[in-house]
Amino acid sequence: MILVVVEYANGKVSKSTYEMAGCARQLGREGPVTALVLGSGVAAIASEVALVFDQVLVADHADLAQYDAEVWAAAVAQIAREGEANTVLIGGSRSGREYSPRVAVKLDAPLLEDAISVVDANGTLTAERYTYLARVTEKVEADAPVVVVTIKQGAFTAAMPGNQVAEQFDVDLNLPQRRVQITGKATEKSSRIALTEADIVVSGGRGVGSAEGFATLVEGLADQLGAAVGATRAIVDAGWRPYQEQVGQTGKTVQPKAYIAIGISGAVQHLSGMSKSKCIVAINKDADAPIFKISDYGIVGDVNQIVPAMIAELQK
Amino acid sequence: MRILTLVRQVLDAEESVRIRDGEVDLNGSKLVVDTMDEYGVEQALRVRESGVEAEVIALAVGPERNQDALRTVLAMGADRAIHVMTELMLDPIFLSQVVAQVAQNENVELIFCGGQQADWDSHALGAATAERLQWPQITWTNGLEVHGQTLTGKHDAEDGSETFSVELPAVITTQQGLNEPRYPTVPNIMKAKKKELRVETLEQFHIGPKLKFLSAEVQAKTRLHKILDGKDAPAAAAELVRLLRHEARVIA
Repeated sequence: MILVVVEYANGKVSKSTYEMAGCARQLGREGPVTALVLGSGVAAIASEVALVFDQVLVADHADLAQYDAEVWAAAVAQIAREGEANTVLIGGSRSGREYSPRVAVKLDAPLLEDAISVVDANGTLTAERYTYLARVTEKVEADAPVVVVTIKQGAFTAAMPGNQVAEQFDVDLNLPQRRVQITGKATEKSSRIALTEADIVVSGGRGVGSAEGFATLVEGLADQLGAAVGATRAIVDAGWRPYQEQVGQTGKTVQPKAYIAIGISGAVQHLSGMSKSKCIVAINKDADAPIFKISDYGIVGDVNQIVPAMIAELQK
Repeated sequence: MRILTLVRQVLDAEESVRIRDGEVDLNGSKLVVDTMDEYGVEQALRVRESGVEAEVIALAVGPERNQDALRTVLAMGADRAIHVMTELMLDPIFLSQVVAQVAQNENVELIFCGGQQADWDSHALGAATAERLQWPQITWTNGLEVHGQTLTGKHDAEDGSETFSVELPAVITTQQGLNEPRYPTVPNIMKAKKKELRVETLEQFHIGPKLKFLSAEVQAKTRLHKILDGKDAPAAAAELVRLLRHEARVIA
């Protein structure tokens, strides 16, 4: 079987889950495309994914209320073994990329990490992935009875829910003791759409001038467009914005339909987190800023004049 | 306590990537210690300087030039270094076997590893190493304290920051904000030349590769480059909105 570990957040199935289903269908390997739902109180999630997968395995357990790398890896490896999976698909989220190497080691399997394409040729999987801060596309090959794959968010076409409702099965797991104690959580609550789920991202850099400038220009435009908000490392370090909004090498990677960069010059580390966006728009006073080299549209000008004018235009 | 800190030598981010015969060609390019690994080295040194009796061992696996990176880290203050020499390109799952075996041979209790590799853009090495050793791991760590056998600190999770507590032994992968790595001083660079740098060969580890590298290419997406002059802000803004609505069709 092809095992897909369902990703969800705040009671909603994540886009990446449908993308993994799409990837699994397109791969066309032997056996049912199987969803594995891990968590506590996940009946609604399981019913939702039953419209996309051939079968749904559900581990609904109080011990699974909170994610833990070792617990997740043990659960996934056990199900992969019992189901004789030939492929294990895991989302390219931060947690997915954290526990997937453990699954690979447990199964003595190769790991195709952060794949943007996967093809099966006579049982050998070939994947493409971005390397060198997303400047290079590399092709790698894994030849093994079972392969673990994490997929890059936004790289695969999502499978659409159909009319068939897959059967659900409860599974029993032998879970290890948690060794990492999470003693506190600081989550930035935002009314906006999540960065990695959004079709449009409006991002700001040093060129917005101040935290207030960011609020007026970047948040103002994002609100007008129903977009997510992103930031460069420089302004996160300056304390203008929370880390969760950081796009780039040490922040989030996004691939929206449109990425609107306001007052961002375009350091390599930032570009690595957004250069694969479908359409890139830049507004910057410096015509030589590297961001313009990868832009589809742009304006060379003062962000304090251009962005309010755009907001006014959109409100017309 | 013995601390193992992973050191990877990578292309300086400011350098452009060159491809030759389907592979990234690093000849003649400026190579540096991966910034994410520098955070790990710095943190190991800070643990030692905080009064914990510790020996900091730097490990690099790769071609001979990696010894330059190890000398840099010795000059930062690491006590000694191990270089596992190989010309092979190693995927992280494969590499984790070497790291785990070195950790066992050296009786290490704490491993630092970069959160993301600047060349292979991978997050996998720390987690795979932890699994081989049957240790817990903390990823994207940006704050760390050692109290006896307990590590506490904070790290970045999916949707925010978490504080944690875990018992040694453990693997810690780094994140920006953990510290500001120090620069080696001239006297320390001199001293580093006398420090132990032990060379081993990959053959000693009896392991096999997991992935085959087929090709590498720079695929630049073709961009439209329709850049407008913003001197007349309302006109430029109106034109950009029109293009995004009717040509690119990305906004409503």
